[in-house]
Amino acid sequence: MSPRNKTLRKILSPPIIKGFKPYGGEPVEQGRPLVYLLFEEYEALRLCDYDLCTQHQASQLMCVSRPTFTRIYASALQKIARAFVEGRQIVVEGGKVYFDSDWYRCGGCQCYFNNPGKEDIHACPLCGNQQVFSIEFSREIANGQMQQGENLCICPHCGHVMAHRVGLPCNQQICPECRNRMIRKGNQGCRK
Amino acid sequence: MNIAIASEGNTMDSCLGSSFGRSSWFVIYDCDTRDIEFLSNPNKHAEQNAGLASVQLLSSRNIKKIISGEFGLKIKPLLDSLKIQMIVVHMPEKKIKEILEMLNH
Repeated sequence: MSPRNKTLRKILSPPIIKGFKPYGGEPVEQGRPLVYLLFEEYEALRLCDYDLCTQHQASQLMCVSRPTFTRIYASALQKIARAFVEGRQIVVEGGKVYFDSDWYRCGGCQCYFNNPGKEDIHACPLCGNQQVFSIEFSREIANGQMQQGENLCICPHCGHVMAHRVGLPCNQQICPECRNRMIRKGNQGCRK
Repeated sequence: MNIAIASEGNTMDSCLGSSFGRSSWFVIYDCDTRDIEFLSNPNKHAEQNAGLASVQLLSSRNIKKIISGEFGLKIKPLLDSLKIQMIVVHMPEKKIKEILEMLNH
């Protein structure tokens, strides 16, 4: 069986450097393996220890669950410790991530567009309509996954279905129709 | 400033390309002179990284915006770093001439 797909992790921006090299000590042997620090691990470290977020806040910023965030963070610390102790180079690359840039929707032509130049958006670049709305990318992703029939919360009592929000356990969601706790669709105990 | 539009064909009545890297043609529209140029996409049947190759093809032409029905995951960081704006239009039946009319608002 293939392993479960990893959730996309949201990253604010890539690091300004590509890695670190040790200096001093014994000459570095040729071919000593590098330590690959993933982008998501860099981001976890930045949020927790540079921006001093709590792990819960950081997990929501990266659009992953709190336990997943803790695993990413622990892996980051292990890799950095290994690089320090064994005197290895650190390369920051890879990981299942997407980079955040602001997304907007036009009220006129219903198109979506982003803002890579970080300018102020006043009108739609396509039709010039001035009704533009900022959208939350994570919610769009949730809607996309809903169409594929996965990652849904369902109410076991009345069958109400809503998109699962990453980082928020289903059993903390309250069904808006019958006020019961939701569960993940497809799990055991879900009869509908 | 130039705008690239993914297209299924090389006429003004062609439909908007549903996927950026694998669309058959690109329309290069010059906002200042209103010149239109059709550019065939050599990466249409590429096995992988069609989007990345298409960005490289277009990046030499002073493109600031790309309009397509969809974009792949890999090209977003590249377009962000090139400061190219992505415009996603979820209307596959839209024709190239209608898109150009919208741009000339």
